[in-house]
Amino acid sequence: MSDSTPLLQQRQEEIVEEFAYFEDWMEKYEYLIELGKELKPFDEADRTDDNIIRGCQSRVWLAAQRSPDGTLLFGADSDAIITRGLVALVIRALNNLPPEVIAGADLWFVQRIGLDTHLSPTRANGLLSMVQQMKHYGIAFQAR
Amino acid sequence: MLNPAHIRSQFPILSREMNGRPLVYLDHAASAQKPVAVIEAQREYLMHLHANVHRGVHSLSQQATDAFEKARETVRGHLNAAFTEEIIWTAGATDAINLVAQSWGRTHIKAGDVIVVTRMEHHANIVPWQMLAEEKGARLEVVEIHETGDLIEADFQLKLKMKPKLVALLHVSNTLGTINDIKRWTREAQEVGAKVLVDGCQSVPHMEVDVQDIASDFYVFSGHKTYGPTGIGVLHGKKELLESMPPWRGGGEMIDTVSFEKGTTYAGLPHKFEAGTPHISGAIALGVALDWMRGVGIKAIGDHENTLGAQARQLLGKVDGLRFIGTSEAKTGVVSFVVDGVHPYDIGTLLDPMGIAVRTGHHCTQPLMDFYDIPGTVRASFGAYNTLQEVDALAAGVERAVRMLR
Repeated sequence: MSDSTPLLQQRQEEIVEEFAYFEDWMEKYEYLIELGKELKPFDEADRTDDNIIRGCQSRVWLAAQRSPDGTLLFGADSDAIITRGLVALVIRALNNLPPEVIAGADLWFVQRIGLDTHLSPTRANGLLSMVQQMKHYGIAFQAR
Repeated sequence: MLNPAHIRSQFPILSREMNGRPLVYLDHAASAQKPVAVIEAQREYLMHLHANVHRGVHSLSQQATDAFEKARETVRGHLNAAFTEEIIWTAGATDAINLVAQSWGRTHIKAGDVIVVTRMEHHANIVPWQMLAEEKGARLEVVEIHETGDLIEADFQLKLKMKPKLVALLHVSNTLGTINDIKRWTREAQEVGAKVLVDGCQSVPHMEVDVQDIASDFYVFSGHKTYGPTGIGVLHGKKELLESMPPWRGGGEMIDTVSFEKGTTYAGLPHKFEAGTPHISGAIALGVALDWMRGVGIKAIGDHENTLGAQARQLLGKVDGLRFIGTSEAKTGVVSFVVDGVHPYDIGTLLDPMGIAVRTGHHCTQPLMDFYDIPGTVRASFGAYNTLQEVDALAAGVERAVRMLR
């Protein structure tokens, strides 16, 4: 099902195009805040320790399930709104893709839109761990 | 009165731009920036003075040793310690606390003993004691705080009734700014037979500290928060106490004689606790940093920071839903706050592109965050080089960030 790889590329190109409109950092963050507000929050019941990914400062919750067509569906949430916006972007790129594509995904869009510092290991938002966890889900579901 | 413009000109990093904006550095409690005098002292040492210290017969080694030991004397004077050999160089305050835990602690703490810490300690003054308590089967007792960020007097007295062997507490809180009545706490703890270790990381950069007046058994601070280099810190201990303690780390510099047949005997103070080649340039530059502070005037620095803190509290107090964490009447200029419905991380993230460097998160005081039931705070902390204009920029930045986030 590696024919979904072009879909991942296309989604990333769309995100990069959207961000090309923004003149400065504050506009980028305004957009991320908007995305963060639009992301459907988890029910309190889903904010469980099983789903938590600990960053040093903001927390991220992630849940995954397999849809009937074999692709993976992600849900995620964070207690920080900018982190929620970043989470929304990552989900937009990876949602509904086959596990093997997710497992091997190169999320180059993050660097292209200048948000790669948010994915660095020193960043305390739990986002890098979330991406790694999504890939782990990809590997795990692939094996089933 | 201190002249911030004159002081700023001595800090090269402050002319940097960050994200296209002038850098507003308000993260002093994490680490202070360095004046030219300190930078030059390290450079001068590496350019013209470097050799290994002690035992060298050649002139260069002697000159390096002289400068290194002169810095120790500077620290003694700065803390008004009774003896120069009471000043032990460490890699930092954390290292100094671990030294006491491993040397004094492993000798004196037994199963069932009580070690007292407080709710507001930095992790560095919690974890070494937890590790020691676990190893020895000892018990850690925590003095709780009021909502204001002041220690609860009655709880302190209660914990003293447990006859602790050691009370480890901070002089000034890095998160709250609370200034503890350290002299009184120390005396009262010692009256029940406890040794007292004071974490002075947030006091030495902002106020006069007199270890003879406080009469603490151990007092520690880090170099980099007092305008000095990283990787160097200080343990002050009472001479007879340090003399009674076994060395912690073994190696060169700390020995008297080494023999496979007769065993090894150790050097006297302070070298007994300084195994290996020390951070020579760091120690020398720390001495220069303390002299620099004294040149500016330590009281003037503290007063200036208090003025900035008061201005920050006044302006930030107008932000809707903003709540200060740490409202003791006795506090330094540190300003810690949360805003209803807004995550501290988001505020810090938005201040960054404005060139404003604050710290967000738990500030290595997670038990305090649990007490206030918050994920973290935004903390602005000031140094000699900050200005009222920077405080205005902070307040405007926070207001803008909160508007965007709501």
